[in-house]
Amino acid sequence: MHYLDHAATTPLRPEALAAMREQWEQVGNPSSLHTAGRRARSVVEESREQIAAIVGVKPADVVFTSGGTEADNLALKGIARASGKKRILISAVEHHAVLDPADALIEEGFTVERIGVDHLARVDLDELEWLIDADVALVAVMYANNEVGTLQPVDEVARVCARHGVAVHTDAVQALGQVEMDLTGVDSVALSAHKVGGPVGVGVLILDRAMQVSPLTHGGGQERDIRSGTVDAAGVAGFAAALAAPKPDLVPLRDQLIAAVFEAVPDAVLNGDPDQRLPNNAHFSFPGCPGDALLMLLDAAGIAVSTGSACTAGIPQPSHVLLAMGADDSLASSSLRFSLGWNSTAEDVAALRLALPPAVERARRAGGIR
Amino acid sequence: MKRVVAAMSGGVDSAVAAARLVDAGYEVTGVHLALAEKRYAGGGRGCCTLEDVHDARRAADRLGIPFYVWDFAERFQQTVLDDFLHEYSQGRTPNPCVSCNQHIKFAAVLERAQALGFDAVGTGHYARLVEGPDGPELHRAADPEKDQSYVLGVLDADQLAGSLFPLGDSHKAQVRAEAADRGLLVADKPDSHDICFIPDGDTRGFLRERLGGQDGPIVDATSGEQLGSHSGAVGFTIGQRRGLHLQQPAADGQPRYIVDVDLERNTVFVDRRGPCADPRARPTGTGPLHDRPRRAARAVVGCCPRSDRCALSRHPGARFGPDHPHVLVRRLALLISPPHEVGRALLWMPLLCG
Repeated sequence: MHYLDHAATTPLRPEALAAMREQWEQVGNPSSLHTAGRRARSVVEESREQIAAIVGVKPADVVFTSGGTEADNLALKGIARASGKKRILISAVEHHAVLDPADALIEEGFTVERIGVDHLARVDLDELEWLIDADVALVAVMYANNEVGTLQPVDEVARVCARHGVAVHTDAVQALGQVEMDLTGVDSVALSAHKVGGPVGVGVLILDRAMQVSPLTHGGGQERDIRSGTVDAAGVAGFAAALAAPKPDLVPLRDQLIAAVFEAVPDAVLNGDPDQRLPNNAHFSFPGCPGDALLMLLDAAGIAVSTGSACTAGIPQPSHVLLAMGADDSLASSSLRFSLGWNSTAEDVAALRLALPPAVERARRAGGIR
Repeated sequence: MKRVVAAMSGGVDSAVAAARLVDAGYEVTGVHLALAEKRYAGGGRGCCTLEDVHDARRAADRLGIPFYVWDFAERFQQTVLDDFLHEYSQGRTPNPCVSCNQHIKFAAVLERAQALGFDAVGTGHYARLVEGPDGPELHRAADPEKDQSYVLGVLDADQLAGSLFPLGDSHKAQVRAEAADRGLLVADKPDSHDICFIPDGDTRGFLRERLGGQDGPIVDATSGEQLGSHSGAVGFTIGQRRGLHLQQPAADGQPRYIVDVDLERNTVFVDRRGPCADPRARPTGTGPLHDRPRRAARAVVGCCPRSDRCALSRHPGARFGPDHPHVLVRRLALLISPPHEVGRALLWMPLLCG
């Protein structure tokens, strides 16, 4: 199989597996006071310090969660509820882990306003300036878009927010391990372990200690009393080990992939910012090709790709990201995301180059049948 | 090896049908059709029958075949649902399964499958395909209780050539037992009797919501006497006896049946004549008249798929046609020249026996 869907999840890194196996073979609750507990706690704290050092924050800012979605929920709901304010600004191209908690807050009396993006999916800073005021509880703009790969000007967003004394959250789930992040002025950051070769079910919310936040879960008071629940020592050790593992530079392979797609399908359209994009992401629209048909045909040829968002039943939906970028419904339903990872090879790209033309031809034939 | 799409509803029949296609050596891909109106909730990712999708997906996992959901909700809405509402608004009772087979399963789905490189679509319908002198013929299933050939009668020769019905030779009990043997969790899933897009079974409520409805009388067709009232004539079916809530029982204690629905006057007419005795003689939906009419003219005409009991020939005096709409219902007729069916047609047929 040629796996080109690393943005969904990437294979576990051997370093992470080794670190987790070591912990799974030992007993100890990090909250216990005896020797076994202290040992587990020390593993958790070492992992915390390691992750903090790599991301460039203080260890005390690292709050372990069950994943990126919980981290985003904790940031959105926790910060908004504790703020005493009632307005939330989010970019129109956020992941559902941000869009949906924001929408859920509407029921609590919050107003949620979406900041538009340009045709490259870059958030409109002028619109942010126009919308923002001191009555805004939180601005959320993702570090990199999970579908089209565009890097957002998070540093500039943070500067605007700082002028108004407004908190900033960024979902950096896709950016982690891919780009050097500048988190100056950012109050909270959501991270996920399995996107960098760590285990599924482990995440981090980087949260400035000065931030007021109301917890979502109450219990044993772990993680600064913000996120109760026994910390998964093996999981966080796996996260830290995966993050610390050496990363290949994926830019040359990605550019090779982009060139291969244009060679195979000359009228394909590359979506997102051509320069300011994730090194592992290539996102294309194939005019006249239903994305789901293309996915199925490539799957049958042994190539795993993504159509972006699908509903719970598995029906691909026109991407809200592409719609926000100004694409029409049919183009938004005709796109595929190819994403590379730490073990991707030139053979994966070569296989795609071979499989794409017949798949596109067939999918186009099926395109008119709705 | 032939490549086949197995349409998997999430029920036991289509799961076993898919399993048999795998066993027969086809390269099978499981496809669930999303047909329901989308309900947008939560994150704007509207979904339909999630449990059915799950059941179908688990059956596909069990069979080791790829599985996808194909979205034909818009096409379904524009053809099957709109036709369903239109027929009811004209006082007729459609069978949406017939138009779904005609417009969706063996049209849009088959066309899409063929465009994508598949050779055929296989379903869990109980019907048999027999190779005849002029190509594949549709025959009744071995299980008379489950026979579904009547909802497939609208398929033309090309559609039949692209179809596979692996359950035609089996009885339902065998299919359930086989599902259990194969470890399919849907083995004891109840049969679905309802119209798939009206999951609560309240067809009249569904119609009232979309077509509106006002209170009106229920009238004895012979005496003209008002026997009761209804909350909207749309949705009543000729031959129906339940749900009338008549205040006065008939003098002879016999049940009364609907013999006419007059939508213009919002009036439902009832009488004591019973409907066709064969409970399987169900009215069907719209479809073209087709297939060798001249041979058909020489054949015995049966009004229901498996029985010639109600054949027109046994009702020489039966009047039918637009002049007598109150005893007519449109239904699928198989044109039978024993032992073969020589054609299929949708005809206006007298519903009431004797």
